Amino acid sequence: MTITAKQSYEFADLPRLMGLMTGDEKHGPAATSTLDALWVLYDRVLRVGPDEMGDPERDRFLLSKGHGPMAYYAVLAAKGFVPVEWLPGFGSYDSPLGHHPDRVLVPGAEIGSGSLGHGLPIAVGTALGLRAQGLDEPRVWVLIGDAELDEGSNHEAIAYAGPAGLERLHTVVIDNSSASHARPGGIAARFEAAGWSAATVDGRDHEALHAAFTAPHPGRPRVVVARVEPKYT
Amino acid sequence: MDTMRDRFAPVVSRLLDEDPRVAVVLAEIGKDGFVDARRKYPDRVINVGIREQLLIGAGAGLALTGLRPVVHTFASFLVERPFEQVKLDLGHQNAGAVLVSAAASFDWPEGGFTHMAPGDVALLDTLDDWTVHVPGHPDEAETLLRHAVAAGDDKVYVRLSVQSNAHGIAVDGARFLTVREGRAGVVVAVGPMLDAVLAATEGLDVTVLYATTVRPFDAAALRRATETAGTDVVLVEPYLAGTSAAAATDALADMPHRVLGLGVGRRELRRYGNIDEHVAAHGLDARSLRERIDGFLGAGVRV
Repeated sequence: MTITAKQSYEFADLPRLMGLMTGDEKHGPAATSTLDALWVLYDRVLRVGPDEMGDPERDRFLLSKGHGPMAYYAVLAAKGFVPVEWLPGFGSYDSPLGHHPDRVLVPGAEIGSGSLGHGLPIAVGTALGLRAQGLDEPRVWVLIGDAELDEGSNHEAIAYAGPAGLERLHTVVIDNSSASHARPGGIAARFEAAGWSAATVDGRDHEALHAAFTAPHPGRPRVVVARVEPKYT
Repeated sequence: MDTMRDRFAPVVSRLLDEDPRVAVVLAEIGKDGFVDARRKYPDRVINVGIREQLLIGAGAGLALTGLRPVVHTFASFLVERPFEQVKLDLGHQNAGAVLVSAAASFDWPEGGFTHMAPGDVALLDTLDDWTVHVPGHPDEAETLLRHAVAAGDDKVYVRLSVQSNAHGIAVDGARFLTVREGRAGVVVAVGPMLDAVLAATEGLDVTVLYATTVRPFDAAALRRATETAGTDVVLVEPYLAGTSAAAATDALADMPHRVLGLGVGRRELRRYGNIDEHVAAHGLDARSLRERIDGFLGAGVRV
């Protein structure tokens, strides 16, 4: 019997883990647009670990923007949800790790995603379901992309969650200016108009992300717009 | 007589009392029936407003936390408008729910085509693992609603309609019932089509099966019926004609057989009026049914 000490990973290890999927340790801004926000969440904010996935009291993180999930898989591997040995098989027939995550296949994934605009409405229902069961501690997080906000289903969820006062609901919008039709400041403004607490921060600045993620927002859902390098320059 | 829809809120309100897993999700339609229940269970009776993508997505989220969502609106806004949410938020997420629709194929003819959903069951047929109940009477609606909610985390669709038979039958939420036996053909009457089918086949030598749970399709019952009644099969469905034709053909795949699928036509009528006029326009009144069933089965069916 071989006993292997559980390896611990840091943020600096993530490019190497992503490299196991992409074959290259250098990644452009598009592939890593979510990386810093994901890391800060899983490292310092979310109260969930690989052994707690069956625990009703865990925080829920829903990756709605399922496209380009290498950063997500790398973080899940670094935190012990997914074996690192799975990463090189990324996208292959026998791998649980597809180019869009499937909750049935990926340990730690709360939802399957790929088609845009599904995560936020499911997160609303998750928040409502926890409240209905008197589970007051768990928080619900959903990560979406700025262009994903084009999908009208998000606006159904945003417009409902504010007036409903879903305080435990948190949305992270990774803004890499990829929407074809957008106005400066438009993202936070739309959430604020629906009664959300909103902050816009540098999506590469871990301290700023952490402060925005943990700021109190009594009685209101919270959105953090994490701005990163534009996808198209 | 009251309607199936009149029974919906009272039955589900009792289920809210009985089972702490049950939650109701509405999109404005039907909220008046739940005023008392909402006062009692403000966190388990949820109205998301006129937002049908959110309706299904939120239902899925509730299910993922362990609740049993009962999701309700008109069929066109429950199945057709948010179809991708039905496919992904429930099916792909492996989440269960009870979808309960009202308005059916043409319950509100004055309202026109925007409020008609004859294609709802056919659409669900493109997805895996849905149970579909089509009650033919308010009493059966009560029974089938209870079966649907009690079905673990299954995906269940309950199709309520104003169209109804005069009397309810004891249904079990699974099997087709034999209501008449003959030797020259099998007629499957789905839900509210039973009275018209019985009138249409009066004096004909046919077996009539009554189906209120159409998915899974009771292939065993159909095969048994063909042993004495032969393999000419007529399906009479209150939604799109031929919806169950593939299921019937699959059930009889190893033997020569013929299937006639009767139901609501694809062509948009662009008519208002009343339910009886729409029933007749689609050839689903007793006289039209008799002509078409008789024509399909031929002279041998006449006793």
